[in-house]
Amino acid sequence: MRLAVIMAGFGGQGVMSMGQLLAYAGMFEGKEVTWLPSYGPEMRGGTANCTVIVSDEPVASPVETKPDACIIMNRPSLDRFEGAVVPGGLLVINTSLCDKPASRGDLRVVALPATDLAAELGDVRVANMVALGAFLAVEPVVQAASVVDALKKALPAHRQNLIPLNERALALGAETARAQLTA
Amino acid sequence: MSGKVLMKGNEALAEAAVRAGCRFFFGYPITPQNEIPEYMSGRLPEVGGQFIQAESELAAINMVYGAGGAGARAMTSSSSPGVSLKQEGISYMAAAEVPGVIVNMVRGGPGLGGIQPAQSDYFQATRGGGHGDYRTIVFGPATVQEMVDVVGKAFELADKYRTPVVILGDGMLGQMMEPVVLPEPIDPASLPPKAWATTGTGGRRPPVVINSLYLDAAECEAMNRRLQAKYREICAREQMAEIAFPDSEYFVAAYGTTARICRMAIQEARARGHRVGLLRPVTLWPFPAEAFETVIGRAKGFLTVEMSLGQMVEDVRLVVAGRAPVSFYGRTGGVVPSSDEILIEIEKMVEGGGSM
Repeated sequence: MRLAVIMAGFGGQGVMSMGQLLAYAGMFEGKEVTWLPSYGPEMRGGTANCTVIVSDEPVASPVETKPDACIIMNRPSLDRFEGAVVPGGLLVINTSLCDKPASRGDLRVVALPATDLAAELGDVRVANMVALGAFLAVEPVVQAASVVDALKKALPAHRQNLIPLNERALALGAETARAQLTA
Repeated sequence: MSGKVLMKGNEALAEAAVRAGCRFFFGYPITPQNEIPEYMSGRLPEVGGQFIQAESELAAINMVYGAGGAGARAMTSSSSPGVSLKQEGISYMAAAEVPGVIVNMVRGGPGLGGIQPAQSDYFQATRGGGHGDYRTIVFGPATVQEMVDVVGKAFELADKYRTPVVILGDGMLGQMMEPVVLPEPIDPASLPPKAWATTGTGGRRPPVVINSLYLDAAECEAMNRRLQAKYREICAREQMAEIAFPDSEYFVAAYGTTARICRMAIQEARARGHRVGLLRPVTLWPFPAEAFETVIGRAKGFLTVEMSLGQMVEDVRLVVAGRAPVSFYGRTGGVVPSSDEILIEIEKMVEGGGSM
């Protein structure tokens, strides 16, 4: 098993931390992982992206030009990365901030309003967790419980109170994705 | 996974330095290595060390010269344009035989260049870099774990040979996260005493002098001969390389993150039936000639891949010395070669396109 996912969105949407949590979760499950961020001017406010690879074998290259999946948090990211995904790969699109549908017909697509769903949960900042939950429902490369474990390790003591909210966000994303796939 | 932590390359390197007994860090900010000074600024005071953000790169390297001359394990880090500024100090350290570790998270150049990963400082690092007849030991790690491992080795060799040691990373290696196992910390007080260090005479012995000025030409030549004897010993003893699939007929030579992308291309090439291996220098100086010798008898060709337009390939050609074709593929300026591009070059080599 080897899965490469690119996560992309505006700076501030939690794209980098979403990737780190996936990498942490993979490591907790004993898998090989790499997390490679874009670190150019985009991290100062433009579009940001990171590449996460989770594998049973040591990861050769941390760079992936043909990812198995992309989590698209805004419209510019769809324009940039849709063409890169391998045929049959997965696109998770945050329709709250992406008004264009996927144009390719050879991909599996989960389109969900992650930012609006997060707002309904009470905090738009967990939009990344909604999207990650949707992704993991389709590509269960790690257990959602491992992501929660990762969050417990990553958050400082005074932020541990945010864990239930993040768990709800992951679950809501997963439910939404499953409903779409069975519809 | 016990003991594994997920760390950014720059932070892992910094923590490894602290665990190797480094207690003094001097630096000046530059992307893409700022996490190293950031980490050190918080970490060193916890272990009784000193962090100084210097007024310039030149000041920073001369602080390393001073701390190293006083016997401490000291480090500086920067990225390409900043490392150019440090070269004068590195030359002085080489001449005065002062240990120290210099980290270069290489970015695209020349000039201010860009901030994306590159390997175009290979010549600068492996040929000395500053003025005079000297070399520095140079490591080119390929993973965050290997970066952690070579930091300890760098401090060890710097002390053993009393010489500056360079760690050549790149922006990608510094910024990416991978699981690492950190080494047990070394207490600097447990390290062997350095009789040559300027620690104060205490009134009990004549003063020691650390100096690189030799106005008498014969004395200056003698200093150079002493350095060269040391470099020959380093070449004989300290070469490090990895060979993957050593029974191959063709080899890709690459170091650092480029070697990882090559490994991906090699996996695909082997799946297509090509007998291709990887020869990955870990020490860039001394260049691992011995590793090349172990495969040269059956090698039908070498392909050198770099994030430069052809630097390490010169060392590969020196070692191969016409015994097999050596071809080259490079991207530069911060552009990272894709495994598909490399695969095309591998197939060209296998199909007999390699040029001498």
